[in-house]
Amino acid sequence: MPTLNFTPNLRRHVETPAAPVKGATVRQVLEMYFQVNPQVRGYILDDQGALRKHMAIFLNQELICDRSDLSDSVQENDDIFVAQALSGG
Amino acid sequence: MGNSLLVGTRKGLFRIERDDVGRWGIAQSWFLGDPVSMALAEPGSQRLHAALDLGHFGVKLHRSEDAGETWTEAPAPAFPPKPDGLEDKDPMQGIDLPWNTQLIWALETGGPGELWCGVIPGGLFHSSDGGDNWALVRSLWDDPRRQKWMGGGYDFAGIHSILVDPCDLAHVTVGVSVGGVWSTQDRGANWRLIGSGLRNAYMPPEKAGDPLSQDVHRLAHCPANPDRLWMQHHNGIFLSDDGGENWRELHDVPPSSFGFAVVVHPTDPDTAWFIPATKDEQRFPVDARLVVTRTRDGGRNFEVLHQGLPEEPAYDLVYRHALDISGDGERLAFGSTTGSLWISEDQGDSWQSVSKHLPPVNCVRFELTT
Repeated sequence: MPTLNFTPNLRRHVETPAAPVKGATVRQVLEMYFQVNPQVRGYILDDQGALRKHMAIFLNQELICDRSDLSDSVQENDDIFVAQALSGG
Repeated sequence: MGNSLLVGTRKGLFRIERDDVGRWGIAQSWFLGDPVSMALAEPGSQRLHAALDLGHFGVKLHRSEDAGETWTEAPAPAFPPKPDGLEDKDPMQGIDLPWNTQLIWALETGGPGELWCGVIPGGLFHSSDGGDNWALVRSLWDDPRRQKWMGGGYDFAGIHSILVDPCDLAHVTVGVSVGGVWSTQDRGANWRLIGSGLRNAYMPPEKAGDPLSQDVHRLAHCPANPDRLWMQHHNGIFLSDDGGENWRELHDVPPSSFGFAVVVHPTDPDTAWFIPATKDEQRFPVDARLVVTRTRDGGRNFEVLHQGLPEEPAYDLVYRHALDISGDGERLAFGSTTGSLWISEDQGDSWQSVSKHLPPVNCVRFELTT
């Protein structure tokens, strides 16, 4: 089952426990996760369901290609990491 | 009376309280480190709302039912799915208008359990259950003239002022930067663009009187006489005696009629306060002298108030939501972009400095529960 992890910077605002989550695409994995952790959705996705402008999702250490529909395919043992784009010095 | 106020800043929300001997100071703080764009203390209750702008993580609303002892995250106003193929572009930039709440810019109560929320990029949201659920007011959003709204200080247009008529809660008037004044008589089912007599100087001369292109900086009404509206406009100060249908401009207001904030006395519609700045790109006090202006005669004359305000050069700018008046009309408070906060207990005749070291102040609101 794919494993979903989040930047620790989110923990100040909302609980984001790492979890193995079923799904064949990044979208499916996130939607499954949001069923258990509904409050996390708004921190990751915007009103239209796209990845927030300054957030990033790594699939096996590579940035995903589809930030709007999150259609990148996910395999059984993949690692998904949700991060924020840090700025400033 | 107004013995406490909420101050929303770039780095958190603060409660400022008055002690028994009349000193004001920070009593509590919440959300430290996070920008608070708006706060609301519902009159007559212990319910507070705080709107956070978390940047990477988006806009959030938090609510307290116990005057700030505890907070829980509540749903934030969110736009519905944008229809596929819909052409909705910002007129100034030519880029797609985001159907995403980017900033909560106005939050007001209506009837029992009723809340109104104005956001950037120009959405008005309504809740009839205290903020558990929000609905975009489609009648206003879908008006084709809305697509001509444009950003002023922000990239996209926003609704910053929401006036709910205390005599008729279905009558609501909103101010848009940049998009004029809009009014509904039926709780948002239908809207009219109003604002005859407003004038802008930043459009081609033929468009100067176009109600749609007016950059309203802030709208305020007198609760005891809600047909009397005051406006701080990008161009100057305007006054209406018919609920915003018609306006007249006030000329020669010292030291400047440019600014962002305005408040009106709750029972005397002729008395209003402003905080002037240098028009219009420079945006600091005229001659670096921070003052408050007050009229007591409906704008025929203005007093320049400065007792207790800095004698030395000051470069404080006061945002549109950062000036407030207490429910009895005696006390005023304002905060600045340089983190200063002042309070007056005599309608602005004199001011006391509460802090010079707050984060930049976004909004100041007296709590009416005390």
